Amino acid sequence: MENSVGIVKTKYYTIEENIKLESGVEFAPTTVAYETYGKLNEDKNNAILVIHALTGDAHAAGYRNENDKKPGWWDVLIGPNKAFDTNKYFVICTNIFGGCSGTTGPSSINPKTGEPYGITFPVFTIEDTVLVQKKLLDYFGIKELYCVAGGSMGGMEAMQFAISYPDFVKSTILIATTSRLSPQAIAFNAVGRNSIISDPAWNNGNYYNQETKPDRGLSNARMIGHITYLCEEAMYNKFGRKLQDKDHYDFNFDIDFQVESYLQHQGQIFIDRFDANSYLYITKAVDYFDLEDKYGSLENAFSKSKSKYLIISFDSDWLFPTSQAKEIVNTLMKLDKDVSFCEIQSPCGHDAFLLEYEVQEKIIKSFLDNHIKGEINE
Amino acid sequence: MNNHYNSSKGLHLNYSIISDLIDENSKVLDLGCGNGYLLELLRKTKKIKGNGIEISQNKVIECLEKGLSVIQGDIDEGLKQFSDKSYDYVILNQTLQSTRTPDFVLEEMLRVGKKCIVSFPNFAYWKIRFYLFFLGKMPKSKVLPFEWYDTPNIHLLTIKDFFEFAKKRNITIENGLYTTKAKVRKAIQYNIFSNFFAQEAIFILKKD
Repeated sequence: MENSVGIVKTKYYTIEENIKLESGVEFAPTTVAYETYGKLNEDKNNAILVIHALTGDAHAAGYRNENDKKPGWWDVLIGPNKAFDTNKYFVICTNIFGGCSGTTGPSSINPKTGEPYGITFPVFTIEDTVLVQKKLLDYFGIKELYCVAGGSMGGMEAMQFAISYPDFVKSTILIATTSRLSPQAIAFNAVGRNSIISDPAWNNGNYYNQETKPDRGLSNARMIGHITYLCEEAMYNKFGRKLQDKDHYDFNFDIDFQVESYLQHQGQIFIDRFDANSYLYITKAVDYFDLEDKYGSLENAFSKSKSKYLIISFDSDWLFPTSQAKEIVNTLMKLDKDVSFCEIQSPCGHDAFLLEYEVQEKIIKSFLDNHIKGEINE
Repeated sequence: MNNHYNSSKGLHLNYSIISDLIDENSKVLDLGCGNGYLLELLRKTKKIKGNGIEISQNKVIECLEKGLSVIQGDIDEGLKQFSDKSYDYVILNQTLQSTRTPDFVLEEMLRVGKKCIVSFPNFAYWKIRFYLFFLGKMPKSKVLPFEWYDTPNIHLLTIKDFFEFAKKRNITIENGLYTTKAKVRKAIQYNIFSNFFAQEAIFILKKD
């Protein structure tokens, strides 16, 4: 547990007042699950918000208990002397609005009916998820965010954060992300959603009191997702055409190949920790995210932002490709914003953002410690 | 892409010459900024606001470690993200001869920069001429250490070539600096002796 933040507990904060969503719907109450690492200084200006990807949670670093073997999802980068150095910074991570790991979402009980929301939960956007996180920061009394950082969907939220609160965000780190999904990426999300909806057990989203849940649909959606997180080279490196626990084909429709077994395993472990309705809502929010469309142009979107930017992409990531990262970089350069950009070479596809941590550690640490002039009282 | 021109002693001389050419508090874009040495020097000595573009991932990381703003990119793709005359200086230090499209890169620089500083090794330097004349082989030196089949320096040129190019493209040469081992000569006009004795040339250019 060296360099670890140690044992951590997820905490909860409830926003009692109505939140006005982008769709116009007013929603309350909203409970936010969050974890924090490090100490908020007296001036409350050393806070860093890290934001998880599509199916992550608030448990970004440390262990849940003494016997816990698996640390939080970004533990490699968050901790004492790590990139997000908890000796210096106060790191916060929340579970996304509409999620299923502690924050209010479709699987939560609607206090008005005593039943889970199901698909009566309002459709929300990335901007809405950012608003909820801002409410939590307000609760902490944070007046300025030292940095907001996220990868993939977390990167979308991070850039929306910098846009929604231009005076509040001092620096922004965007990793393997985009200002809008490609139609190809939307297509994969659509098949994932279709797989859930076409599972008879989904039952229009009312499955919480049923014995069978739309597990098959959800695990298929996850398998499709995992195909997009890898790339051709990663699949060759990881599996090749190797067979799973056998020397020859079985000439039936059971699992033969390692890649099949991997996907099935990923699907299986996913249903234990994720809610099918949350998957529908969150992928929809990701599909709707389009800064060009929303603000007229990328330039308009970022024009008021006072943040410094660090942008990272991975050369083998075809889901959130370098070309999309460069669009953001070029826009920020045109607007004369302070921006740095690095394309990391990796054979891991989109997954690289959680795997290639050594290079990222160097880059992020340099950016946070050397580039953003911090008037931080340690 | 920087520092293919590989003499550390020469480079330090070159850096301080370039630094002397730049006004305080100006906005500088360094193309092919390498490990960020020049930008860091300019930031310290001239309080510039600087950006770098560099193609190599490892050098980008070195720049970030110095706390510089740097974009990983290929300058041969142009500078379309920058608006006209948005920088006081655009620098191309020891990199012109390594670009695929030197004329395009220069035109882009002159579009983006109010002034441009370009430096390159002079292929008409007498030692290089003698090397080719007497040995009959592609010249190699401390400054140009690569084999002909494995060199990033694919567009080598001479001081005379550069003057001819500038004239053809209506580029104003505001000043020219010609360095030998320890000395620096200045001249705006082409001079046959500079083309013979200078190991390296540095030009300050503009185009309205």
